[in-house]
Amino acid sequence: MTRLRELLFPLIAVLCAFAVGALVVLFIGDSPIETYRLLLGSAFSWPDGIGYTLFFATPLIFTGLAVAVALRGGLLNIGAEGQLYIAAFATAWVGITLSNLPSALLIPLCCLAGIAAGAAWAAIPGILKARFGSHEVINTIMLNFIAVALVGYLTQYHYRTAGDPIMESAPISAAAHIPRLGQFVPGLPARIPLNAAFLLALLSCWLVYVLLWKTKWGYEIRATGQNPSAAEYGGVSIRKEIVLTMAISGALAGMVGINEVMGYRYRYYDGFSDNYGFTGIAVALLGRNHPVGVIAAALLFAVLQRGGVPVDAFTQLVSKDIVLILQALVILFVAAEAMFRRGGRGPGAGGRI
Amino acid sequence: MRLELRNITKRFGAVLANDHLNIVIPSGTIHAIVGENGAGKSTAMRIAYGFYRADSGEILVNDEVREIRAPLDAIALGIGMVHQHFMLVRPMTVTENIVLGAEPGSALALDLKAAAARVRALSEEFKLAVDPDAVIEDLSVGQQQRVELLKALYRKAELLILDEPTAVLTPQEVEEFFAILRRMREQSKTVVIITHKLSEVLAISDNVTVMRDGRVVGNVKTGETDAAALARMMVGREVLLRVEKPPAKPGATALSVRGLSITGRDGARRLDNVSFEVRGGEIVGIAGVEGNGQTELIEALAGLLPESQVSGSIAFGGRDIRALDARRRREAGIAHVPEDRHRRGLLLDFSLAENTILGVHYRPPAVSGAGSVLLNEPAIRHRAELVIREFDVRPPNPALPARALSGGNQQKLIIGREFELPPLLLLISQPTRGVDIGAIEFIHRKIVALRDSGCAVLLVSAELEEVTALADRVLVLHNGRIAGEVDPAAVTHEQIGLLMTGGHA
Repeated sequence: MTRLRELLFPLIAVLCAFAVGALVVLFIGDSPIETYRLLLGSAFSWPDGIGYTLFFATPLIFTGLAVAVALRGGLLNIGAEGQLYIAAFATAWVGITLSNLPSALLIPLCCLAGIAAGAAWAAIPGILKARFGSHEVINTIMLNFIAVALVGYLTQYHYRTAGDPIMESAPISAAAHIPRLGQFVPGLPARIPLNAAFLLALLSCWLVYVLLWKTKWGYEIRATGQNPSAAEYGGVSIRKEIVLTMAISGALAGMVGINEVMGYRYRYYDGFSDNYGFTGIAVALLGRNHPVGVIAAALLFAVLQRGGVPVDAFTQLVSKDIVLILQALVILFVAAEAMFRRGGRGPGAGGRI
Repeated sequence: MRLELRNITKRFGAVLANDHLNIVIPSGTIHAIVGENGAGKSTAMRIAYGFYRADSGEILVNDEVREIRAPLDAIALGIGMVHQHFMLVRPMTVTENIVLGAEPGSALALDLKAAAARVRALSEEFKLAVDPDAVIEDLSVGQQQRVELLKALYRKAELLILDEPTAVLTPQEVEEFFAILRRMREQSKTVVIITHKLSEVLAISDNVTVMRDGRVVGNVKTGETDAAALARMMVGREVLLRVEKPPAKPGATALSVRGLSITGRDGARRLDNVSFEVRGGEIVGIAGVEGNGQTELIEALAGLLPESQVSGSIAFGGRDIRALDARRRREAGIAHVPEDRHRRGLLLDFSLAENTILGVHYRPPAVSGAGSVLLNEPAIRHRAELVIREFDVRPPNPALPARALSGGNQQKLIIGREFELPPLLLLISQPTRGVDIGAIEFIHRKIVALRDSGCAVLLVSAELEEVTALADRVLVLHNGRIAGEVDPAAVTHEQIGLLMTGGHA
């Protein structure tokens, strides 16, 4: 029953968002049905639609998981954006500097570099909170700016191929490339960048699920998030949990770099992230901080992202900004649902005598 | 003022909080409403005060049917309410607090002088001894409560509803408070007092309404009943009001505290050079008004305070445990039932099963497999079922979130978990706060049984009756110091009350 409700409420939020979105389209003067047909239809066509939708979903699964784990531990990680930039750069750096290593070594090293860099970057606000009590929201936001500036500087002045007009690093070694799924799936052309990182994302969801609900570490993370005083009473070190949770969150955000660098562009490309870190917050919220929910929410946002292009091209008046409007509405309704729920619990709670 | 609730019914979701209530409160009387937690007494009175609206039924004020949609309607009719948790603005003066929401004078000029004069006059009329110009945060809890009374009287309340008014008072303050209530009755005010303390009902009220499971199970004259009869009505069966316990057989010293001092984060002394011992097989009670260092003492013993705040020595089983953190202390055999079950004791959104392993979640049997990382769900469930069965936790479903339980059942779950350790020393604070009479009896018996099995027990309770009934020795804490040790069998409440307030027994 409760599980059903967990599913139902986000679904209602999404439906409400689409209903209001339809009114917006109607108000602009186009047909909502036609618009939604373009929006959703293109996302499910084979192979391009599905291939690209899953590709777009990959970074959102990672960042959604990152935010979800942090929230389960009682922390709001708004720094996934910075963490994934630092991590992607670290991945590329290893792929460039250790270019003479064989694939069997280089691929794991590149992955580990990104995971470690993301974890380390996220651990900074964790340590600041654990040591000095400074709020992680402020520090993660500020570290976003530092991260973007730092990798921008490194790309511009140290790792750009001479004469390249684009802000991107030199290519990584071919030994660090991970396979595209087109190599294995019949009918899926290799030009579609959907790659092995998508499978890694699904694996990460399973691992996060096991970590949070099946291990003592997850118990401690969730206990700290639910009630730090009670966790402390139960012999959990809150400070340790804060740093650990942030590091795990950053590691997950960092895996975006694997998809981007090792599976798509094969180099570090400055400014590659389409706000993945921030969209991850919405993905986690809509997905109820649960790995399965995160997959579903990431797919929804990927569908919207994919569907924006044909909407732009084939409607008279509506532009692809309808996607942004729909995303905003989804977030709004998810938040409103949380409010509604709290309100709904009011009398019951007050009624306890 | 005569107040009558006629056929009042109120539902919260699936819970029937009030089921066709009929309560008549005659004018100029002190009327007690008693019942266990969840019996619906506060709900009924909140309906009378306009906080909630009844689903059906009517409210009659002086024999006229009245619509009370909001507290403002109630106030206009002359009904006032004082809540269990005071609603005062702490940095403001008494007068400022009292006029809040009914400011005198024009919209621009606040006429506080006239208001202060009225407050003074009211205070003198009822001998409340409240200075209108005092700032709230400088007042004692008892004085703050009288400010709340003044607030209602200032708004010309003829009928006052008091929700658990004595919960925060010392025995002396309770006496003063009752004297005030009697003076109000003399001035032909009507007083409704919601309580679960039967001794107070018998001491102060004219009539009693007993509630159980949302229904009125009895309307009696106080003079024609006694505590046993009231308890039976409240619980629905015979209840043992006295704790039956054989004499203690103290064994070896379990806990030895020497020169323990605690400094708060703000630099203030919370505990000052306290020394005592607890031996196996005895219950040592700590009495005192809340906020005199009990909380800090227990937290320090449980390992929940930073070492920098604690000085002195704490020896357990002969070895110094100052350097051990909470986890190591629990491993050594120190169990802790915290005073605030929602803040410390439970993970409210976690299942009962998950709650029964808090503190032992990291070691077998809660975990199993390589490196003891994976939670062992069958073992956890087994433990939960054991605690639920042994401590009669209802409903007995380990998958429910702890939030879904009543206060008494939550408390039984925590106590069950801690007893399951099993402990050599039990630190237990406010074991029966907000717990039904039936469950109180059960918890008391369990604590005595644990003592008889040889465990050392340190008990802190704000309920004097509880401390004197359970403990074999009682230490009275005042201002962070031990004001005296008394024999619970020989001492009177007045003597303890004096020690609690810094006097001498």
